[in-house]
Formats: sequence, C-alpha cells, structure tokens
Amino acid sequence: MTVVLDPTAGKVGSSIETAPRPATIEGLTIGLLDISKPRGDRFLNRLEERLTEAGATVKRYAKPTFTKPAPVDLRHEIATNCDAVIEALAD
Amino acid sequence: MAGPTPPAGPVLPDGLVAVVKLDCPTCVLVAPVLDELAARAGGGRLTVYTQDDLAFPVSAVPVADDTALAVSWHHGIETVPTLIRVKDGSEVNRAVGWSRPQWEALSGVDGLGAGLPEHRPGCGSLSVDPDLTDDLAVRFGGSVLRSRRIELAALEDEMEAAFDRGWTDGLPVVPPTEARVLRMLAGTTRDPADIVAVVPPDLTPVTVEQVAINAVLAGCRPEYLPVVLAAVEAACTEEFNIHGLLATTYFSGPIVVVNGPIAQRIGMNSANNVLGQGNRANLTIGRALQLVVANLGGGRPGRPGRPGVDMALMGAPGKVGCAFAEREHDSPFVPLAVERGLAPGTDAVTLFAGHGPTAIVDQLSRSPESVTRSLAAALRAHGHPKLAIGFDAMLIVGPEHGRLLREAGWDKARFRTELEELLMLDADPMLRGVDGIDEGLPATFAGRRVPKFRPGGLQIVHAGGDAGLFSAIMGGWAGGAMGSAPVTRPITDTPGESSPLPSDLPSQPGGPA
Repeated sequence: MTVVLDPTAGKVGSSIETAPRPATIEGLTIGLLDISKPRGDRFLNRLEERLTEAGATVKRYAKPTFTKPAPVDLRHEIATNCDAVIEALAD
Repeated sequence: MAGPTPPAGPVLPDGLVAVVKLDCPTCVLVAPVLDELAARAGGGRLTVYTQDDLAFPVSAVPVADDTALAVSWHHGIETVPTLIRVKDGSEVNRAVGWSRPQWEALSGVDGLGAGLPEHRPGCGSLSVDPDLTDDLAVRFGGSVLRSRRIELAALEDEMEAAFDRGWTDGLPVVPPTEARVLRMLAGTTRDPADIVAVVPPDLTPVTVEQVAINAVLAGCRPEYLPVVLAAVEAACTEEFNIHGLLATTYFSGPIVVVNGPIAQRIGMNSANNVLGQGNRANLTIGRALQLVVANLGGGRPGRPGRPGVDMALMGAPGKVGCAFAEREHDSPFVPLAVERGLAPGTDAVTLFAGHGPTAIVDQLSRSPESVTRSLAAALRAHGHPKLAIGFDAMLIVGPEHGRLLREAGWDKARFRTELEELLMLDADPMLRGVDGIDEGLPATFAGRRVPKFRPGGLQIVHAGGDAGLFSAIMGGWAGGAMGSAPVTRPITDTPGESSPLPSDLPSQPGGPA
C-alpha cells in the first residue's frame, strides 16, 4: 500500500445555487456589466433599449479591464443596487 | 540539515549519555571505558543507548534500547560512539568518536581508557544509514506534514491513480509520498507551514508544504524548490495577474526566467536547446508552478462536459511549464533581474506572461546596427503588423547575435535605445482598413507615431547555444495594468546561502516597469 499526500487544496466540487429567477422584469432594476471588451457596449446598448421598453430600470457598470476579476467594491455595488445583472462578453 | 524542524523527540536523561552500536570497532574498543565512567563519573549516572544489539556492550552498565533509532535520529547522532553531557534535560556538550581528552573533559574523569590510543574516529550512526534515512524521516519527522494522507489501494497503479484523481497536466507525475515530500522540503529553509501565496482562481492560501508536494509531482529535485517558491510568489501578485493569464483565450502562460548563481548550481540550461527538451530543472520548475495553479488554485483547462477556468483558444506547448536560465557569463547585457532593480549576483526569478518561441533569422549581419534593424523588423510584426502597444514581448537575443553587440561595445541600455527608436512606427499605414485589412489602429492615431511596445513592455534577455545566427521572440499577452506586467522576486531561502539584504529589494513591487 502506498500513502501519498494530497496535492490539491482538498476542496470537493461545490455547487452554487443560482438566485431565484424573477417572474417579470417590469419594475426591476437591472445592472448591465460591461467587462470592457471591444464592442461589448453595442450589445449592452441594445439590451438597455429592450429592457427599458419592458419597464425595467437599467444601471450601467463597467470593469476596469476584462483581464482581471471585477473589483470587490463594484460587485458589492451591483449586488446592493440591482435585482439582476447581465454581464457582456464581446469582441 | 535544512528542512522542516522535526517534532521534539525523547528527552535525554541527565548525566552522561553514550550512543553505541556493536557493529563498530571503535564502540567495541571503548566498551571498557563505559564501565569506568559508570563506576567513576561524578557528574551523574551514565546511560548507554545501543543501536543494534541489546547485549552490547557486555558490562555492568544496563543498556537502553535505541534499536528503533528514535533517540539517535532526534538528537542528530551521526557517528558512534557519541558521548553527551546532559543537564536539566538539555545537551551541554558532546564528543564524537573516541578522544581521551574530550571524554575526560566531558566526564570530569581523568585517566580514562588506559592502554587505548589517544584518538580513534567513530563509525557511521545507523540513524544516518542511507538505506534507513527516508523511513526514519517519515517515522519521526512526518508529523510536520499537515496535508491529507491518501492511501492508494494495493492493486492501484500509482501513476494511473494520479491521472484518475485529476492531479496531472496530461503527463505522468511522480507520486508524492511522505518521504519524497520531506526530501523536497530539505531544499528550502522555509517552514512547511509558511504561506507562500494566495493562488487564483480559487484564492487558496498555499503553504510551502503544498508547493513542495506539487514540486514532487512535477519531478523537481529539492534544490529547485526555492526557485519554484519564488515563482509561485511572483505569479500570484496583482501585477502578474495569473488569474487573467489563465482565463484568457490568448496563447500565453507563465514563463520563468532565472538569474543569478543558483541557475548554474542547480543545473539549469541557458545554452543549447535552452527552450527545448533534455534539462530536468528547466522542464520541472515551470511545470511545478503550473501544477500549483491547477491543483491548488483550481485553474484547470476546460474539457468537454467539464468547464475549466483556462479558456485558451489554442494554448501553447510551453504551458505545461516554461523556465530557463539567462546566459549571463558572456552576455552583452546586464541580467534581466539586475535591469529590473536587484543587486548583481542576486538569485532571482522574473515571470513573464508569454509563449513561443518565434524564430528570427539573420545570418548576414556583421554589425550591431544591422542586426538590431533585423530584430526590430521582426518585432514589428508581433501580434499583428498593424497593432501596437497592447501586447508585450520578450526578445531572446542568441549568443551569435549578442556577440555583434558585445564586440561593438553595445550594452543593454544602448541596444534598448537603438531598438526602441526603430520600433517607433508611423501610425498611418497601420490604421484600420489600410491595405484592405480591417484590423489596425483606431483612426484617432492618424498622423501620429506610436511605439510598438508600451513603456516596459519589451523584455530583453540573452540565451541559447554557441552556434546559430538566430534570436527569438517570446510573444507576450496584454501588457501592464491592462493584463500582466513582469514580476521579479529574489530567491532567499536556499539552505547554506546568504540572503540578500532587504535594501537589495526593488523599491516598487516587481521593480521598474
């Protein structure tokens, strides 16, 4: 029998529950997070139009750079001010 | 011996303690002296530990059993006989082998061993027998290891077990047994429980021990461990941004450039085939870093049905691991780590986010001006001939190209100045749409001159074999605050080596941009 040492951090895969889906977007505040990839704004501009038509209030956010995770303050601000968030990835 | 501080062992009894074995002519020789000491020593009683035969020495002195070698291992007995004076449970002094004056001084008894020679060297202690040391280290020192033990079944193949558990990068790994990990930890002066870095993407605080386990997996020798530790530390900085480098669709991975005497001491390659196969240190150091990121940080490539953080479109061969030493002895340049702020002669790693190499051929230049123009011409196409500033690069100047610079008296500053001037480009031919190519610089650059690389975005090193009029570009990822900036860290935890003073450290993290 061979005994070896665990080379991993010992974490077992955990599943993260998604937030409850809203039944309607009317009256909700929706955050749009631009990750700062080229042309992400085009996609988000169109989404803003559609969401506004559907009665949502839209707040726009942007990461400083797409190459790094969103700063914790930005994540907290979005979580505090919005009912839902849509993150754009584009090129 | 360097390595983890072992747990406290058995306390020695006060008085005199002798450690002997039958299979040692010097121990047999001094057996009558032990009787004399038992009868005459004024400083407390004598305890004799025997390592191999409880019937030895035959005398009036009762022997204590150290056939398990716990006393010998914990008290660092390298030679038998060893005579130790103990007071209040602590060692005061010891004599190694037989030496009448030393034994008399230690025991306070004169005229010991009448008829014996004045001196007689001892024999090797069983506790340092090469056939036993690994087992003893695990038995007595293994409790310093905090990682989870995993028992592999008797019928399980060790190599396949590592694949089954997802611990590999696609190549076989060395099974990280306790004995191998303890040997690896002897390569550093750092405590196994020290936190080296918080490793993305899972932001796992990672200990020296956990890095050592992955260094075993990668195939490292213990003397490589300080380089691996420094590389892990450098990778997990805000500036280097290993998280983004891992997640990008781009090709790059961490490249480790090693400077200083350590490179030669541990046998790294800086010459022929420096980026190729065949050198254990080069191949396993970079691999250990990548295994740390994968196994401890959780940064693995995605596979069908199992998404991962590494989203590289194609990746690059060097992502299994890429490390090499700069060829310093005949370089026209100051070493990379020195250019980046460390004192000359400092052992150091510099991490660069890149991939490659791309060959640059120039077999006809015989002047520094001409070869510099060639290198600049090749660098202009880096990423895309119509793009600038965004993507970093590392230029590896081959020794035959470097010789043209050195013999003309060009140092790194001169070469860099000339090269950067040649890399100031007219933006107009690079604008979007020009030449029927949509890609290019935005129209706002019209009429301007742009540098191909951002300030600090071009690293220059010297490496390769003696023959071949070539250089190489290691393409880099998005540079600076937009992506990754190179990071240099000194290597300070090599056993037996002096550490650089704090004043040798760069004043800014990662040194000058």
